[in-house]
Amino acid sequence: MSELFSLAGLSFLLVVGMTLGGAFIAVGARNIFHNVLGLALSLFGVAGIFLYLNSPFLAMMEILIYVGAICIAICFAIMLSEPLYRPRPPRKPIKLLGAAVGAGLVFVVFAALVKKTAWVPAAMRSDDWSVTTIGHYLLTRYALIFEAISLILLVAMLGAIVNAKNGRGREES
Amino acid sequence: MQFLLAEGARLGLSLIGVISLVAVNALFLIWMERKVSAHIQLRPGPMEVGFHGALQTIADALKLIGKELITPEDVDKLIYLLAPIVMFLPVLVSFLVIPFSPTLLIRDLNVGVLLIFAFSTLTVLAILMAGWASNNKYALLGAIRSVAQNVAYEIPLLLTAMSIIIMAGSFQPSVIVAQQGLVWNIFVQPLAFILFIICGTAETNRAPFDIPEAESELVAGFHTEYSGMRFAIFFLAEYTNMFIVSAVATIFFLGGWQGPFLPPVVWFLLKVYALIFLMMWFRWTFPRLRFDQLITFAWKILIPLSLVNLIVTAFVLKLVR
Repeated sequence: MSELFSLAGLSFLLVVGMTLGGAFIAVGARNIFHNVLGLALSLFGVAGIFLYLNSPFLAMMEILIYVGAICIAICFAIMLSEPLYRPRPPRKPIKLLGAAVGAGLVFVVFAALVKKTAWVPAAMRSDDWSVTTIGHYLLTRYALIFEAISLILLVAMLGAIVNAKNGRGREES
Repeated sequence: MQFLLAEGARLGLSLIGVISLVAVNALFLIWMERKVSAHIQLRPGPMEVGFHGALQTIADALKLIGKELITPEDVDKLIYLLAPIVMFLPVLVSFLVIPFSPTLLIRDLNVGVLLIFAFSTLTVLAILMAGWASNNKYALLGAIRSVAQNVAYEIPLLLTAMSIIIMAGSFQPSVIVAQQGLVWNIFVQPLAFILFIICGTAETNRAPFDIPEAESELVAGFHTEYSGMRFAIFFLAEYTNMFIVSAVATIFFLGGWQGPFLPPVVWFLLKVYALIFLMMWFRWTFPRLRFDQLITFAWKILIPLSLVNLIVTAFVLKLVR
């Protein structure tokens, strides 16, 4: 227990608190803009966890991509969608229940996986975790995953282009 | 324990240093902007307070501090209050890694440059928060424009930065500076420098890319509903952002602190303020772009150019090594 009250322990509690608190806002708040800000806070907390685990590169990437790009893209989508000032319809209990069960299932599966895996500390597997090493791994050992992700992004981009191909439609006059 | 005390003292002193630099820099830049604009328009500018108006901004700052903080009735209170803070925090964080000289820097992180880029994206979020929370259509419009613009210009900015980073083979600012010992990157990568300055000007929301706060269309854009010191914090962040963009450009292209005779800090500041002068010159020379021209310019010209620049750089590096 006393470990939690050292400087490292307190920073761990802070980032975990940010992650969980942000996640609760992201799910619970009734205002969609607050949801996004909660998500940003949560992702910031995740970046903090990466930093705590001594991978500053991943932490910076998390902020750059998830907070910087994804959250802002979501904000953009929100602003283009329905007006924000309109009152929201009340939440349906059946939907809430479904969401809770779905999320709960995912949580249970992941928790079981985490529990089952025999984790080897990163320091024992290798003592070189520089950006260069990560880059080499991405293009050699994990090339398939890398390519799969690229393919998904490419499909998403093509989809966006197909959707936008016809333009906004010129006003007829 | 001794380590903690030493580090604490170091960080405390750094924080005091950074905050003083931010304040003095903003006071100086506002005066400089008024003087530069005045001389470009053939008028003297502020002359009354102090020598050639040198103390004018201090008087203005005192006035702003004394003003009432008005909170409009229908704002989203929490976000409205948080926005200036979110705007200002990343600005402070960026100073952690800017090397003013080989010895005068707070932390020489190996992800330094990445840290600046990562935290600068928070600025967009802050603008969005301010614009949305104000519950004012002009503020919201300004915020939306700002997001579209920043998303568009961040891509070429990062791509050009990438071409410099792969030349140095590091995200560490001091390594990037040291790599330019013989020839500055501006002579090796002139196109990248031009692209970087254009995107940097756009990222700081300065004219000719200032549509998020276009006075003639949007009152004052995203900070329309802010008054007194809250408004001043947005202003402070904007001018400090100019300093940071110029500092990053100095590190990337102008050889950082390197130069003959003068001490490194002086060289660094000279280069930074020269770039800031360039950005001010832009503002008072070029008219504001229309919104669609602005976005088209980013997507159809800047991004392809910076991609080509990156690919050519990679090819040449592969051939040379």
